[in-house]
Amino acid sequence: MQLGLVHFLILSAMLFSLGLYAVLTRRNAVAILMGIELMLNAANINLVAFNKYVAPDALNGQIFALVVITLAACEAGVGLALVMSAYRNLETVHVDEINVMKW
Amino acid sequence: MGQLAAFIILSAITLVATVVVVGSGNIVRSALSLVPAFLGITGIYILLQAEFVAGIQVLIYAGAITVLILFVIMLTEHGTGVRFRQVNEQVPLGMIAAGALGAFLIATFLTTPWPMATGSLPPYTASQIGTTFMTNMILVFEVTSLVLLVALIGAIVIARRER
Amino acid sequence: MVNWPLEILKAFALAALMFTFLAIVAAMFGVLLERKIGGWIQSRLGPKHIGPQGLLQTLADTIKLLQKEHITPRAVDAAIFNTAPLIVAVAGLMSWIVIPFGTLGQRVLVVRDLNIGLVFFAGMASMTVIGILAGGWSSNNKYSLLGGLRSASQMVSYELPLGLALVAVAMEAGTLSTVGIVQAQGGWLGSLAFRQFPAFVIFLVAATAEVNRLPFDLPEAESELVAGYFSEYTGMRFALFQLGEYAEMFAMAAMATTLFLGGWKGPFLPPLVWFLIKMYAVVFLFMWVRWTYPRYRLDQLLNLSWKVLLPAGLIWILITGYRITF
Repeated sequence: MQLGLVHFLILSAMLFSLGLYAVLTRRNAVAILMGIELMLNAANINLVAFNKYVAPDALNGQIFALVVITLAACEAGVGLALVMSAYRNLETVHVDEINVMKW
Repeated sequence: MGQLAAFIILSAITLVATVVVVGSGNIVRSALSLVPAFLGITGIYILLQAEFVAGIQVLIYAGAITVLILFVIMLTEHGTGVRFRQVNEQVPLGMIAAGALGAFLIATFLTTPWPMATGSLPPYTASQIGTTFMTNMILVFEVTSLVLLVALIGAIVIARRER
Repeated sequence: MVNWPLEILKAFALAALMFTFLAIVAAMFGVLLERKIGGWIQSRLGPKHIGPQGLLQTLADTIKLLQKEHITPRAVDAAIFNTAPLIVAVAGLMSWIVIPFGTLGQRVLVVRDLNIGLVFFAGMASMTVIGILAGGWSSNNKYSLLGGLRSASQMVSYELPLGLALVAVAMEAGTLSTVGIVQAQGGWLGSLAFRQFPAFVIFLVAATAEVNRLPFDLPEAESELVAGYFSEYTGMRFALFQLGEYAEMFAMAAMATTLFLGGWKGPFLPPLVWFLIKMYAVVFLFMWVRWTYPRYRLDQLLNLSWKVLLPAGLIWILITGYRITF
């Protein structure tokens, strides 16, 4: 059969649910951030696929995807800075051990 | 036909690498297999005729974000190769939740009648993206650069050693 | 539509041809040139026993490296340890896809003229960092880890000025494709080395730092870190790391000739010969700088990137934009 829109949407749905599984079940804070990056990538695939198959005149989908990539980079930077700072103060990066308000 | 074969190969690479990312017990191995996942997604973008987005994906995701993640892992692990338990006690609930969401999404995608357009993308998307950023989407461009500036300064301030 | 088996066959054949070209030109002649030029700059002769004028020296070195024992230390992560030199070598070789070698009649000799050629080149230069980090970590050795982290931070810091120089060139030439940039330069005074001289300088400095050469080779400093991130690699994997580094240096030199020196254009000789002459001229410049300057300290190195080259690149982009519009 021909390659269609539905193929890309199913791929991005699977990537999104795998990223969600990583966010829900991993202990290491950096692994949770990796799951968030996977979810953002799945959303990007959706945006670009819709741009090509549903609305190809203006390149709005690709522009939106570029902005999402930029914002994902910012968010990864700030998130990882937080993880480093937490490690320096609390001496752990496992999120289920960070469960008291005052150290 | 060739495009379908390419799509199957690329999505196989992406999905296998993603399963290693979310399921591996060794955190460095799961960070390193982000690279084939992102490169597979780059191939998907090229299939969708978005070559500029594909180039930026390689440059930023596989080249910078992965390096950043690896840096933070290497600077926060307690010694090399010490194995910690990587998953918490919510694994069955997590699998049910993620699986339910994935199934729901796939069901929605398969049963919606999508309005397929008949136009086609311009052959050289990079110049078109540049023109659109500078004419229609100039506000988006400027606000994104401000967000980048704020994130840069914020990350430096947060990660600095307190004197 | 497209004949898929033929395309795949062409891709394999071109990859094999490119690897052979690089293995001979970059690895063999490059290493020999480095040792000979270093010898002449230091008032001594380089290798001269093997073959006439020492030409077969690298062949002898390669045979020596191939017969060394293939050691894998016991406590390393075997999968990552074995894949790291492959990532470095493949990233170094992939940068050659977009470099045009010349014209043959009407055809331009390039593996694939991507219309995002510059972005692809910068992306492949940044993939090398992952191989170095993986190699440094998986060696289970403090010095390798430190060398890998230092090298990665240096390469990531210098990707920014490299990218900015490429952006300035793309703005002036109006296209991101390497063939288009060569064709936008005509004659001697039209070549971008004159119109974009600051971008040329920024590109050369950033390229020297990207391939970890002196004066920026702190990650491989023999007097400090044993051999940095490839301390634990022996035999063929060490050769793969070296091949990746030399291929990347030659790729940077080739990109400098394509972007700034006019690619294959020149009056009498065939275009391929002009391209090789210009590429070797830039390689000679890299080697001359290597044997002349002392090594930068890590904080001086990072200062140079973030406080000097990055603002200079941004200001030059501003000036270029002003020049193109008015």
